[in-house]
Amino acid sequence: MEEQVRTEPLEEEKTTWRLSELKPGRIAVIDHLAIDGEERRRLMDLGMVPGTRVTAEFRSALGDPVAFRIRGSLIALRKVQTRQIVIKLVEE
Amino acid sequence: MSEQATTPEELLSRADALRGELGDSHSRFIEDIYQQAAEVADKVVSQTGQAGRFNLDRALDRVLTSPVWGLPIMVLMLGVVLWLTISGANIPSGWLATLLLDWVYNWLHTAFQAIAAPWWIEGFLVDGVYLAVAWVTSVMLPPMAIFFPLFTLLEDFGYLPRVAFNLDRAFAKAGAHGKQALTMTMGFGCNAAGVIATRIIDSPRERLLAIITNNFSLCNGRWPTQILIATIFIGALVPPVWSATASMLAVLGVAVLGVGLTFGVSWGLTKTVLKGEASTFSLELPPYRPPQILRTLYTSVIDRTLIVLWRAVTMAAPAGAVIWLLGNIDISGVSIAEHLVTFLDPIGWFVGLNGVILLAYVVAIPANEIVIPTILMLTLMVGRAAGADAGVMIEFDTARETASVLVGLGGWTLLTGINLMLFSLMHNPCSTTIMTIYQETKSLKWTTVATLLPVVMGLITTGAITWIARALHLV
Amino acid sequence: MEKIAVMSESNQALHPMCDGCARAQLIKMGINSGKWHFAVALAGNPNTGKSTVFNALTGLRQHTGNWPGKTVTRMEGLYKYGEYVYKLVDLPGTYSLLATSEDEEIARNFILFGRPDVTVVVVDATRLERNLNLAYQVMEIADRVVIDLNLIDEAERHGLEISARQLSRELGVPVVPTAARNGRGIDDLIKIVSDMATGQLISRPNRLKVYDSQFGQAVGEVTRSIESLYPGLPNARWVAIRLLDGDERIEKAVRTGELLNMVRGQNGDPAFALQGTAA
Ligand SMILES: Nc1nc2c(ncn2[C@@H]2O[C@H](COP(=O)(O)OP(=O)(O)OP(=O)(O)O)[C@@H](O)[C@H]2O)c(=O)[nH]1
Ligand SMILES: [Mg+2]
Repeated sequence: MEEQVRTEPLEEEKTTWRLSELKPGRIAVIDHLAIDGEERRRLMDLGMVPGTRVTAEFRSALGDPVAFRIRGSLIALRKVQTRQIVIKLVEE
Repeated sequence: MSEQATTPEELLSRADALRGELGDSHSRFIEDIYQQAAEVADKVVSQTGQAGRFNLDRALDRVLTSPVWGLPIMVLMLGVVLWLTISGANIPSGWLATLLLDWVYNWLHTAFQAIAAPWWIEGFLVDGVYLAVAWVTSVMLPPMAIFFPLFTLLEDFGYLPRVAFNLDRAFAKAGAHGKQALTMTMGFGCNAAGVIATRIIDSPRERLLAIITNNFSLCNGRWPTQILIATIFIGALVPPVWSATASMLAVLGVAVLGVGLTFGVSWGLTKTVLKGEASTFSLELPPYRPPQILRTLYTSVIDRTLIVLWRAVTMAAPAGAVIWLLGNIDISGVSIAEHLVTFLDPIGWFVGLNGVILLAYVVAIPANEIVIPTILMLTLMVGRAAGADAGVMIEFDTARETASVLVGLGGWTLLTGINLMLFSLMHNPCSTTIMTIYQETKSLKWTTVATLLPVVMGLITTGAITWIARALHLV
Repeated sequence: MEKIAVMSESNQALHPMCDGCARAQLIKMGINSGKWHFAVALAGNPNTGKSTVFNALTGLRQHTGNWPGKTVTRMEGLYKYGEYVYKLVDLPGTYSLLATSEDEEIARNFILFGRPDVTVVVVDATRLERNLNLAYQVMEIADRVVIDLNLIDEAERHGLEISARQLSRELGVPVVPTAARNGRGIDDLIKIVSDMATGQLISRPNRLKVYDSQFGQAVGEVTRSIESLYPGLPNARWVAIRLLDGDERIEKAVRTGELLNMVRGQNGDPAFALQGTAA
């Protein structure tokens, strides 16, 4: 959980962000997937390829997983997975 | 041109070599598809109006998955469905019982006597086959005709994936897959269907957890048992206005306990024989869709309720025949049923049940639906033979009259009722489900585990409760 | 991408000859076994309305539900249109032909090895971009493909306008907008499927150009090896792509010879396919 507590100024300094750190309501673009094999393929099947815009929408009642809007669909992913997805933040 | 492979092994090693040379060009292939898809979609789709519904969906999700309201709403929804089922089924159940167990039953006896049929034909057909069918119908039809449509409405609305979304973390903690929540809710209809539904779980270990624990979802054959017993023993403890609510809370308690057992057993298996990490989870949350209420009512009554009822009837008819035979074939002056019940009674007493209940669960291995008819028929036969209220014609128009049979003839107490509700939650799956488990797992070992684990748990639980109650002199 | 197959017939999807004509000729047979002339597969992402389309055409009552994964088995049903009987196959939803869960494998095996005469890809009009992934993958391996642009009523409610004609031009296959739950567009779908099955309508799916790349060459080489090892195996190209991707299950299927079993038993007794497709 500590990722969410980080304050705004850090955003400038930090160079690589993970999807797990994206706060609900914010938008990012996928940079690359830091996983291989089956899991990578699963995510790609769902439309998670580099360059895809992702919006974090809301958390589940117990805090994990989080629902993301990807190519029009709402997809729930566990944190263990989103930790492995490297993103670039998009300023609105 | 390279030479062509002539054996499968050569083919595989050549593919392997090429893969090494290629790097991740395959990923690029998928990326290309998506890029293409995005370009095409961009060209052919245009947003001309308001995207209003997305916002409504978002607002609904905010509430239904909220950290504060998400879980209470879930329990509340199940509670409301059960309350509507229990209070709505009460009156039609009474009508059906009057019609089938009173009028038609007596008319059949009159008719058989009019044609002077031998007593054993009359008994076999009317007191055996017909009675079991009539009982199963009046106990099952009304609650299922209410429960299934309500459940289908929730399903068509799009609520089930939200349940999976909300519970996922708990499943992850138990080492299980979040989609197990979906197969669990399918089990609320039928466990065999729930077991087949586990195909959506791609990790074999987690799929096995989902299969083994599906039996902790009360199925259509067990909801009516729960409802009837709760109405008789729990609903009767409070003033009549509160009876439906008290019964609902009791059944809800058992259902929620079932969900708890699903977590607990998954966790236990993960820590012992099915060791492993929770794998990944990705679930698409579909948009909420306003259900087509009339069509849902129609299809869930025709396609589900009647099909389920038909299965129950085809199971009840032979079971009724068997029970009648057990009750009417004597060995050294005492019926087989009595021999069996007398033999099982001490074991039943030890775990807070009784011989009739244990025998009923053996007879009802093919289908949970016939537990209640079997219990009632056996109680009547054995009770009467034992001399109590001999010759009294008992009517079952209301739950209270059913209660008088169980309490008066069968000697049931509140503890027996509670234990039966628990044992109904925790006992072996029906034979159809066992066969399905074998087909899906292709493993005798896991089929055996899935079959025996719940019975052992059930007997230990009811036994423990009974001995604690006895130690505290509650009974 | 230079070849743009413009099909005059596909315009019928947008301008049906007469309202209800097709429906008048449709006989929902309400049964799931018997002889048939053409096999039609219903492929698509989960929860796009495949089972709803299936029910609308066959008169059977396959369970539907608003969540991905409702259907996990292959279900067949018959309908008659004109002089031919069609076997419609409802499949579990799948996000891609590379998928690995058991339900998705059932779908994949039928699409790849079941030799359907026509493959209908049911796509969700409100999530077109994501759905096109599978459509492209199917178009890679099948020639007779129809896109059923379902849930068009929801797209309209969201203010989305989708040009079926232009989509058809981009993909090179006919596109039929439908709202299966209300029966809208089902007539057109029946008509297009029949035209394609009988060869009156030819589609030329626009495939991605991977052949000239290094990857494409590798695929070509492995495909030829597979074809000479297993003559007559449908979709050797797909098997090649999977081997290059290091799919362990396919590797195992090749090693144990189970690959051929995947093909067998997909479509029942082939003698039942009364021919009509022999082209
Ligand atoms: N509004 C609208 N709803 C539809 C339409 N077609 C299907 N639905 C609804 O969409 C949901 C999914 O439909 P299904 O037919 O079960 O989808 P499926 O593709 O078979 O789903 P899976 O078996 O899970 O892959 C159901 O709630 C249907 O009632 C349509 O054209 N319009
Ligand atoms: Mg379906």
